Amino acid sequence: MSGAEEFRVEFGEPRERRIPTPRASVEDGGRPLPDPAGRGEDVSVPLVLPHDVLKSLLGAWALAACSAAETDAVEHHLGDCGACADEARRLREAVGLLHQPETLDLDPALRTRVLDACLDRRPPRIPVPEWAAPYDAETARLDALLQDFGDAEWHAPVRLRWFEDDAQTTRRTTVAGVIAHLLAVDGVIATALGLDDPLGHAPGAAGPSVRTEAYWRSTPFPQTRAVHAPWREQTHALVRTVSFTGGSARGLTVPYGGFELPLHDAMLDRAFGCWVHAEDIADAVDYPYRPPAPRHLNKMIDLAVRLLPGALAARRRSGLSTPPRTIRHLTPAGHPGRTLRLEIEGPAGGNWLIPLDSPSATPSTDWEVAHVALDSVEFCHLAAGHLLPEEAAAGQLGDKEAIRDVLYATASLSRM
Amino acid sequence: MAKMDAPPRWDRKMQQRLARGEAAALGEAYDRFASLVHSLAHRVLGDEKAADAVTREVFAHIWEHPETYDPKRGPLRTWIAAVTHRVAVQRLRDREERRRDEGPDGAEDLLGGEEDLMGGEEDLESKVRRASVAARADYIVHSMPVPLRRALELAYFQRRDYRQTAADLGVTEDEARRRLRLGLQLLSTAHDAGAPPGYGGAA
Repeated sequence: MSGAEEFRVEFGEPRERRIPTPRASVEDGGRPLPDPAGRGEDVSVPLVLPHDVLKSLLGAWALAACSAAETDAVEHHLGDCGACADEARRLREAVGLLHQPETLDLDPALRTRVLDACLDRRPPRIPVPEWAAPYDAETARLDALLQDFGDAEWHAPVRLRWFEDDAQTTRRTTVAGVIAHLLAVDGVIATALGLDDPLGHAPGAAGPSVRTEAYWRSTPFPQTRAVHAPWREQTHALVRTVSFTGGSARGLTVPYGGFELPLHDAMLDRAFGCWVHAEDIADAVDYPYRPPAPRHLNKMIDLAVRLLPGALAARRRSGLSTPPRTIRHLTPAGHPGRTLRLEIEGPAGGNWLIPLDSPSATPSTDWEVAHVALDSVEFCHLAAGHLLPEEAAAGQLGDKEAIRDVLYATASLSRM
Repeated sequence: MAKMDAPPRWDRKMQQRLARGEAAALGEAYDRFASLVHSLAHRVLGDEKAADAVTREVFAHIWEHPETYDPKRGPLRTWIAAVTHRVAVQRLRDREERRRDEGPDGAEDLLGGEEDLMGGEEDLESKVRRASVAARADYIVHSMPVPLRRALELAYFQRRDYRQTAADLGVTEDEARRRLRLGLQLLSTAHDAGAPPGYGGAA
């Protein structure tokens, strides 16, 4: 305490030496605020503060959270005041205990290894359905990426890209905006399962982009990290709920506004969306991000391939593609029709036969008119609208028109 | 005094869900606690692979024996920290014992650790002590009043100065300084001797 008295004796009451500051504040008590850089003053003369203020600054000082002038004043004081010096040392040591750098780079692949090991030792009575596993894994990977984001990362700009009417479309948002987008679109499943809709009272059967724009409008601009917790809670709630309803949910469809998907396909679709946007986010903050596990990626590719015949039909209806020159009539349901062989390379890959003339035609190797080979991740980027059909490095053999149609139809599967 | 991070209701519910064999609950428990488990294990053992192994063992224990957690004795987080501490310290002791048995020749290659082989008994005990302090610190951070923790997080992890911290929290600068100091004072008690609190449920 004598230190403080000495300060007063030597320098008088600090309030008489008020120094203007660049920041507003200190309505409380009219205490002097430091000039952070010591500008306009002799730097060698420390800022003078009463003892109780110096003592109150010890926590901020230990955390390096005060101005340069205040830091100087505290450190000058510590040379004179044994009690404060003791406390300062203790608080500095305590700061060391806050340090947890190890939590920042927990390997996302560890989750699968740990959970699999547990489930081997004690098989679950209520498992996560196999078709929900990709969603569970992808949301966990994205969550791990977001874990140590600061405000700068949350506000980093992101350009959403997708393919519409045979052209790439974009929409500007931020990392937080992307998470809001995922929250809003995943809400279609939440709603179908009877869980709370994050949009509150959404317009019935609104599609992903309408839902997203509605959610963005309903929350203060710009989106912040506050969206993280609700997004994560909803992802957990979805996995939890489909684990219970999984078996009985056969026949449950999820309306996407304009089309619908069976529940298990909707969960795959959302896993795919989660991965694609996690890549957008990782790109925006310059982090590396790996593709999903091959067995999950394989299911996502399979979903896209199953949606392709419908997408080809939609292109025909809207006049974006021409009917085949050789066969002017469409193939009747259940009959074999012209077929394209899609060969996806890599550990997630496989061979798929795609009926070209009608979603209900039976694909057949006898009717194979073209063969396309693509890398698995590249195929997914094409289906996400991140890779243009003309840029896809596809190995091609056979009917060029059919190949072009399939690549464009794949890109048309993308949406906001 | 403290507002807990996980409300006891969540803890009890989680225990019930684990007990009835719900795989989704295991995933949620992992998402909430894996970084705690891994970082505590890493502090004790000082290497990534060993921390991974401890994480596997701890979650296997939580999944196979959720009934050994007693919600009346404290939050789930504290119990999991206690299980982690026990598993990690056991692994550390086993490792040191193997080293002593095998002698200094070749032991480093076998174990792949970075530790000084000549450290011996004293080094082991000081590591165990450091791990206990870290476990207590984690407990204190997560059981201190939320306003104090928020202030520390802003100042430390987000590098806000105390004026920005005050603005972020909507409090006076006086109050921000008070919270930072009080939070660190609480945290500094982790260095005081004694077993980590709430460790009875670790059996």
